Amino acid sequence: MGMPVPHVMASGMGGIRAAGDLVAWMQLTRRMRINNAKAYVAEKLKVAPKDLSDVYIMRDIREELDIGIITGVPGCAKGIEARSNIADLLDIEINSVKHYRKN
Amino acid sequence: MEKHLTRMGDGKLVEMSSDELRHDLEGGSEDAADKGKIEPLSRSEIDSLFDIFTDSNKHVSVAHGNEVVLTDDVGHFRLIQDNGGCGIGIPLNHMAAVMLHERGYGMDTTPYTAVDATFKSFKPIMPYFQQEMEIIIKNTIIPIYFCAMPNLSAYYYPDGPFPNPSDLLPAGKVKEALEAQEKAVEHLTKDLIFCGEKIDQIGCDSFNFDTVGSAGDGDFLATLRAVEHLKKNTNMGIVVGMASEFVLGMHGGFEYRGERLAGMYPNEQAKMVESAGADIFGPVINTNTRKSVAWNVARTTAFSKSCSEAANIPIHPNVGMGVGGVPMCETPPADAVTRASKSLVEIGKADGL
Repeated sequence: MGMPVPHVMASGMGGIRAAGDLVAWMQLTRRMRINNAKAYVAEKLKVAPKDLSDVYIMRDIREELDIGIITGVPGCAKGIEARSNIADLLDIEINSVKHYRKN
Repeated sequence: MEKHLTRMGDGKLVEMSSDELRHDLEGGSEDAADKGKIEPLSRSEIDSLFDIFTDSNKHVSVAHGNEVVLTDDVGHFRLIQDNGGCGIGIPLNHMAAVMLHERGYGMDTTPYTAVDATFKSFKPIMPYFQQEMEIIIKNTIIPIYFCAMPNLSAYYYPDGPFPNPSDLLPAGKVKEALEAQEKAVEHLTKDLIFCGEKIDQIGCDSFNFDTVGSAGDGDFLATLRAVEHLKKNTNMGIVVGMASEFVLGMHGGFEYRGERLAGMYPNEQAKMVESAGADIFGPVINTNTRKSVAWNVARTTAFSKSCSEAANIPIHPNVGMGVGGVPMCETPPADAVTRASKSLVEIGKADGL
């Protein structure tokens, strides 16, 4: 179980199961505090901030926006392709995406 | 009198009365206020911690909507390594282990690192890390950061090129000890920048300086200088996580932007890290194994709250083995970990963990 599982269950946003990765991108690229980062992402996704950790709501939204989903559905964006869509959706510069597009 | 199951800082399960628990919560908070010259937790915050510690459920969690971003300084290696570093020794390749953190655990971010996670060790084999990181970032969605320790100690005899201050100081050679540290800081700074620029070349998203300050104020200074350089010259996000709650004055005279680094506690460290340009700061508050988890969590929460109020960047307190109120043992019990987790987010004003 290690350290991640208790924290994921107690306090985590769920990563790509929900919208934890999107909020993390805002902290890393814009130095946003948690409430500002959630508000920013929620506005882009047209949901309430509390919905960002709800896997039921986020599963369908992520598929519609093609920003990567937790389950292995053929044809959905994966890896850098999904990350590239995230950069466009959130209007941020992601270093790996910039590098990928340059090449 | 009602008894509550809780743990000691070494992980042992114990029973405590309500009065004993409240006494420890207040004691931990007061100790943080005394050591860090910060405000203790308020009465209502102590009451909230008391509710968390007297919750009879085995595990606890934050309320809906209060979740935060998780960062990490071990990541895939906890699954792979079996060399005494608290890993579980599953024969996975790095790519698979990183993807397990993203798709299996639901982590919000995860690092890529290696055995002997010291930048001095990484420097000669950066092409290997560039190649592997390139594959990882093309196959993942969550932010991945390159993570290792500055570890200034690796620059002293017998592992490095400079005389060891820990040998020189007891021998009364103070001037020589100071000079050795000053030279080592210059070398470490160059190596940190070298590794950062190399991994940025392949489009790495973020760089995590982990266990900063482990060798004292020189370790912290080299990191701050490298952060400043990498923020100006690369496109990576920067995470800085500390080694302990207090910056040891191994040199004593090192300053950054006019501030003496030795003796700094988390709220002061956060300001330095923020001014250098880092995006996320991970303070560390040490666990005292002779005190209860309640005492340790209250102490950590007071420090975290003070640090969060002092900073303008996201604060992600370290909450692993032996820090952040988590017991110092190889298999930290989830009942204690989840209580530390909830306390730091809902009372300690953490932006992440």
